[in-house]
Amino acid sequence: MDWVNAIVQGTLLGGLYALFAAGLSLIFGVMRLVNIAHGDLIVLAAYLGLTVVVTTGLHPLLALIIVIPVMAAIGYALQRGILNQTLGDDILPPLLVTFGLSVILQNVFLEGYTADPQKMDAGAIETASISLGGLSLGILPLLTFAIAVGVIAGLQFIFYRTPLGRSFRAVSDNQDIAQLMGLNKRHIFGLAMALALAVTAIAGILLGIRTSFDPTAGGARLIYGFEAVIIGGLGNLWGTLVGGVILGVAQTIGAKIDPGWQLLAGHIAFLFVLAVRPNGLFPRVSG
Amino acid sequence: MPEPILSLNALDAHYGDFQALYGVDMALDDGEVIAIIGANGAGKTTLLRSVSGLMSNAADQIRYRGQPIGMLRADEVAALGIALVPEGRQLFPSLSVEENLLIGGRLKRPGPWNLRSVFELFPVLEERRAYPSTALSGGQQQMVAIGRALMSNPDLILFDEISLGLAPVIIKSIYDALPGIVGEGMSAVIVEQDISKALSVSDRVYCLMEGRVTLEGASNSVSRDAISHAYFGID
Ligand SMILES: Nc1ncnc2c1ncn2[C@@H]1O[C@H](COP(=O)(O)OP(=O)(O)OP(=O)(O)O)[C@@H](O)[C@H]1O
Ligand SMILES: [Mg+2]
Repeated sequence: MDWVNAIVQGTLLGGLYALFAAGLSLIFGVMRLVNIAHGDLIVLAAYLGLTVVVTTGLHPLLALIIVIPVMAAIGYALQRGILNQTLGDDILPPLLVTFGLSVILQNVFLEGYTADPQKMDAGAIETASISLGGLSLGILPLLTFAIAVGVIAGLQFIFYRTPLGRSFRAVSDNQDIAQLMGLNKRHIFGLAMALALAVTAIAGILLGIRTSFDPTAGGARLIYGFEAVIIGGLGNLWGTLVGGVILGVAQTIGAKIDPGWQLLAGHIAFLFVLAVRPNGLFPRVSG
Repeated sequence: MPEPILSLNALDAHYGDFQALYGVDMALDDGEVIAIIGANGAGKTTLLRSVSGLMSNAADQIRYRGQPIGMLRADEVAALGIALVPEGRQLFPSLSVEENLLIGGRLKRPGPWNLRSVFELFPVLEERRAYPSTALSGGQQQMVAIGRALMSNPDLILFDEISLGLAPVIIKSIYDALPGIVGEGMSAVIVEQDISKALSVSDRVYCLMEGRVTLEGASNSVSRDAISHAYFGID
């Protein structure tokens, strides 16, 4: 039963990792941009959530009503103001600029919120749980997983069923020809980053409720997100969810064997998948 | 005398240090169809890419209804009512046939073309509407590329070698469809390797050689000798 429990808890944890990963995957899919600052943007959302909670007294989950649009606006401005200028044939400039952005964000957090770990208090929901066939399932992990599934389903719908998603795919396929259709790729990239950071807002708030975070917490979140994307296969959103779950399960099983093995087991699972299936489990077929 | 819909005034175009067009002058009246012929590498594609905004040019070297458009981006040019059917079709592989057409129509310019009328023009596309665009034959892909350009209801349409790599019967069916397309007051520039085809569908013809215009004339009156001279630079 202990093992079943570890797998179930890992699966639920995977939902959070999938939320870390979804924005990363979306951005890479639309504009081939690897955003090194992604983890720090997740932490930015957590700090914004904390600020909203402290100043308004709102419940952290309700703070999403403010944090999501703010993060989306930051995403659009960041893309139009800075990142679009770095995109081109050379893949190095966006890597360098987002790395620089990561450093800047961490210093801003340090200035604004000190190095002390912070956490958002979500009240009773944090400890509430339901029993199911001998397992005790936390409401918060369940909710996180359900949100992850909902977010991925929503992104999938936007991508494959709406004119905006059509534009994302067209620009991803061929930027020049997409421009001929009247699409301004700079605007489309801005919208993609806005959407990605809206998802990041959700990830950041859930992170900040689940665990404490500090200005350097972004690095690990970038790695988890990155590993989930690669395990699932680039450009496949449901694959990203599976990748997150595999990572989460590997971590909880590792922790079960020896508490010190939690993170290592996740990285080993990642390397194992990479060795066996270099393109991830479900790579996008075309393009 | 009415203003030309498109005029090129001493148009130059460059790829880095390489100059591909040298002082090209050209004018196209409203409703007119012109053909551009020339050997491989003459600069035909470069000319169409310049007009459609995919290359950066000096502002007043390209005028559309009198307005300088040389400096505009491709999406801005498209919004003015200029559409390009690019060389090699260039469909979006991640989009279905129908989605390729719909994205062509996203500018929502008013006019006769919509999903329905494109399917009437090329019925086979309606049967394959849900297919990925990569799952079509070359000729069917070319129909999608033409339909995608029509969906924006352009006033000026640019065709770059629409018959390249297609079987003669497909070429014939595509060219048979052409009068129904450009007849409705739409102006067209047609780049075509097949000279007799080019002459038969156009009002006037321009020949390019190594980035310069070497011949201009009415399609029904230019002589074969003049063309081969302009085309190959030999007598
Ligand atoms: N991307 C590019 N970079 C550098 N030079 C280019 C590029 N594209 C075309 N050229 C050069 O510009 C010149 C004109 O090319 P262009 O494609 O316009 O010719 P074309 O008349 O369309 O030829 P074709 O009949 O083969 O399609 C050629 O000398 C070509 O080598
Ligand atoms: Mg060409």
